Amino acid sequence: MDQQTKDLINKEIMNNDVCLFMKGTPDAPQCGFSMAVSNMLKILEVNYKGVNVLESQALREGIKEFSDWPTIPQVYIKGEFVGGCDIFKEMYENGELKKILETKEVSFKK
Amino acid sequence: MAMDLKEIERLIKEAIPDAIVEIQDLAGDGNHYSATVTSTQFSGKNKIEQHKMVYNSLQGKMGNELHALAIKTKE
Repeated sequence: MDQQTKDLINKEIMNNDVCLFMKGTPDAPQCGFSMAVSNMLKILEVNYKGVNVLESQALREGIKEFSDWPTIPQVYIKGEFVGGCDIFKEMYENGELKKILETKEVSFKK
Repeated sequence: MAMDLKEIERLIKEAIPDAIVEIQDLAGDGNHYSATVTSTQFSGKNKIEQHKMVYNSLQGKMGNELHALAIKTKE
């Protein structure tokens, strides 16, 4: 991964409390898994930044290397990788996600 | 590109020998699967580490030959 891509990823996860690396945008997701995660965040009324990895091949490959995670979407909360679609959905369903948001002091609809 | 269900199961079991693997072909297209993997080797690990063990067992096929594999891990 080149330095420019690494810097871009670092900037996004540091500047946004909740950052979703996804295919497409929150308004127009291009993949069902990205849409699923995006919708869960919307339901919880979490203020998040969607980063469209389809805009750059370097970013699309770079984020996989950065997180050591082979799939997209990927969610970062306060700079920490919390998982992809499966883990996020599981945490959403079992209430763990709300605990993480609370612990990390991210506002959401209770 | 598609990947055979049996091949996925074989790779996971090769890396995690005591794993009980249940795989479903979600769309019937050999491209969208869901796998539930149960293993004692997951104990003491968080979900990210558990899923990484499964991804690693697939030797880089995830995201390439294998487009979509929903994973659920159980201890």
